[in-house]
Amino acid sequence: MADLPVARASRDDTGRHLTGWGSGHFAMTEVLRIESLHKRYSHDSSEVHALKGVNLVVKQGEFVSLMGPSGSGKSTLLNVLGCLDRPTEGSYHLGGEDVSRMGDDQLSSIRSRYLGFIFQQYNLLPQYTVVENIEIPLIYQGIRLDSESRARCVGLAELVGLGHRLDHRPMQLSGGQQQRVAIARSLVNRPQLILADEPTGNLDTKTSHEIMTLLSKLNMSGKTIVMVTHENDIAKWSKRIVRMRDGVIESDEDNTPDPIDESGPGLPMHLLEEAA
Amino acid sequence: MDAFSVALVSGLACLAVFLATTDKGRRGLELALRSLWLHKLRSFLSMLGIIIGTSAVIILMAFGEGSERDVLEDIKRLGTTNIIIRSVKPPDDSNTNRRQMVATYGLTYSDLEVLATIPSITRLVPMRVFPQETRRSARSHNSRVVATVPQYAEVNDLTLVQGRFLVPDDDERMNNVCVLGQETAKSLFPFEEPLGSSVKLGEFVYVVVGILAERMPTGGTGGSQAAEDFNQDIYIPLQTARGRFGERIQIRSAGSRSAEKVDMHQITVTVEDIDKVRPTGEIIRSILGDTDRHPRQDWALTVPLDRLELVERTKANIRQSLGIYASISLLVGGIGIMNVMLATVTERTREVGIRRALGAKRSDITFQFLIETMVQTGIGGLLGVAFGVAYVFAHAALKTLPMAAMLFQDGSPSPILHVPSITWSLSTAVGVGVIFGIYPALRAAYMDPIEALRHV
Ligand SMILES: Nc1ncnc2c1ncn2[C@@H]1O[C@H](COP(=O)(O)OP(=O)(O)OP(=O)(O)O)[C@@H](O)[C@H]1O
Ligand SMILES: [Mg+2]
Repeated sequence: MADLPVARASRDDTGRHLTGWGSGHFAMTEVLRIESLHKRYSHDSSEVHALKGVNLVVKQGEFVSLMGPSGSGKSTLLNVLGCLDRPTEGSYHLGGEDVSRMGDDQLSSIRSRYLGFIFQQYNLLPQYTVVENIEIPLIYQGIRLDSESRARCVGLAELVGLGHRLDHRPMQLSGGQQQRVAIARSLVNRPQLILADEPTGNLDTKTSHEIMTLLSKLNMSGKTIVMVTHENDIAKWSKRIVRMRDGVIESDEDNTPDPIDESGPGLPMHLLEEAA
Repeated sequence: MDAFSVALVSGLACLAVFLATTDKGRRGLELALRSLWLHKLRSFLSMLGIIIGTSAVIILMAFGEGSERDVLEDIKRLGTTNIIIRSVKPPDDSNTNRRQMVATYGLTYSDLEVLATIPSITRLVPMRVFPQETRRSARSHNSRVVATVPQYAEVNDLTLVQGRFLVPDDDERMNNVCVLGQETAKSLFPFEEPLGSSVKLGEFVYVVVGILAERMPTGGTGGSQAAEDFNQDIYIPLQTARGRFGERIQIRSAGSRSAEKVDMHQITVTVEDIDKVRPTGEIIRSILGDTDRHPRQDWALTVPLDRLELVERTKANIRQSLGIYASISLLVGGIGIMNVMLATVTERTREVGIRRALGAKRSDITFQFLIETMVQTGIGGLLGVAFGVAYVFAHAALKTLPMAAMLFQDGSPSPILHVPSITWSLSTAVGVGVIFGIYPALRAAYMDPIEALRHV
């Protein structure tokens, strides 16, 4: 498979500057584009129309919050974006490639190379240590696990502030720490797009803010993030808020300048860049 | 080793090399071992069927090999080109001369003459065998007199520790000479030099010309062949016996007295070629079967070679029933493992979802669970083989335990390791892993990743 165009984009690629949201000094290459996307679930006789013609473009460097009432189709949309589910109708281009027609193996390959997932339930493997959990995506990318890859995973664990917990198992970590491991894991394959479904849904306010600080820093280092959330408090960390209702996009608003620009240092930026 | 075993061994070797050297194989193996280790007891219990099945196959095959070797050794001792004809006292003996209590039956000198005309026969060794007390001064020994010809030594592969065996001249001249079995010699001559001394047998005195080396007693090889202890023997020339003891032999045993008139108790026939053994046996049968010659069935013919065929047949039977037995136990073991794997897959649904989200292909998931099942059955197979082999080698030691007498029959064969059975059972165990692992593995691989992720 050819490299996705986004893979070649860099922060200084002003030549391909496109209009869009965001702070303006990133190259505005499209990461994903969905057009009149429908998703229907049919069970026996009944049919649920979860997505009813969604159009959405997300560009490199964006930080999008998906909001909306329960049952409005946020998770369904995120699953489609994450190539875990296929749309019933409509097209989905990820980095210029039409993934809505891809087979299961190709989708797996897309997931392993271009996507990072962060879940509400953290979803770490309980029998693995912190470092081993971070390593998992590398296995399915076909990367040999050696001292180099191990060093990279350790670096990511340090990046999320768990350098001293490398050999702990998920059960021995707090929720916030587990979510940090999950974030490190979502970064290990240098994804073009990070998808997070209610990443702070199980965390208290203070920990939620720590996690959001981490995600913002990642976004500032160039990562594109799409996040589902219920809470306005969490959504305000992002740069763009997309609201859904009954399977369609109700509103789509710019949320810059974001309030965390002043949150200052405290995060090792050199590591963030290395991770990106 | 046959081609089948070679294929099995190379298949197993390929699998082992793949698991040990490739990155994917090593990781799969490690993953499998880890999750098996996580549930040690469960893994062990689900392996039990495979362990028992494999070790049973190894042990039973070893016993099969052991009994085959025993029979082959017997046949070798009896001689593959030999045919043995024995006189048999008919059970319903109306011809017995009741007045004199003389039983007359069996092979005759005339039979011997006729048999000598069969061209394929190279050697005829007749024997008369009867118990008789041997005396030397004040000592006496209850020995078994064997009246025979010099070739007896060749047929039975005798070794002498001293002197010589009977020679043709002894027979022609009806010399009063004898050769002593090891026990007879020891009991009659505890202190003196037996060679050249004389012993008394019945009314006559015989000069000892040779002493035999100790001979392994034959086990009763079933059928009409009884166990024999050659060490109690005393050998004299056939013609001498005929002249000195006459045609009738008085047998005194436990106070009762009986007599029988038997020309020969046994004739050992040697045939020139192994291919001619059976045809010659048929010819002899038809000659002796003539009712003019033997109105009653007072003889029996044994072709040791026939027993070889019997052994082959028995072995084939053992293999067949072993095959059925092994299939059943491995089937049961396989179902047990499949059951556990299905539960494992359900239990790890979420793990499957996570791995799929992180980029695992269906084939990666299939591989993971399949390897896990194969490792499980493979380890089960190895444990079974280890146990089976250990038992085979420990059998001899176990047999000496005080409790063992209850478990083992006296003449039961000792097991000999049948090496190909190791590869069979091991590869069958791994094969069972593949067959019974494929469904759970596919079930895991074809889960919907989203539903799997939602699974609690
Ligand atoms: N597998 C499925 N089968 C049938 N219907 C489904 C399935 N998944 C989702 N739905 C339906 O699709 C609609 C959208 O569900 P979705 O999970 O996307 O909502 P959501 O916006 O994520 O809600 P929440 O905020 O509660 O997580 C709902 O009506 C739901 O019942
Ligand atoms: Mg949801």
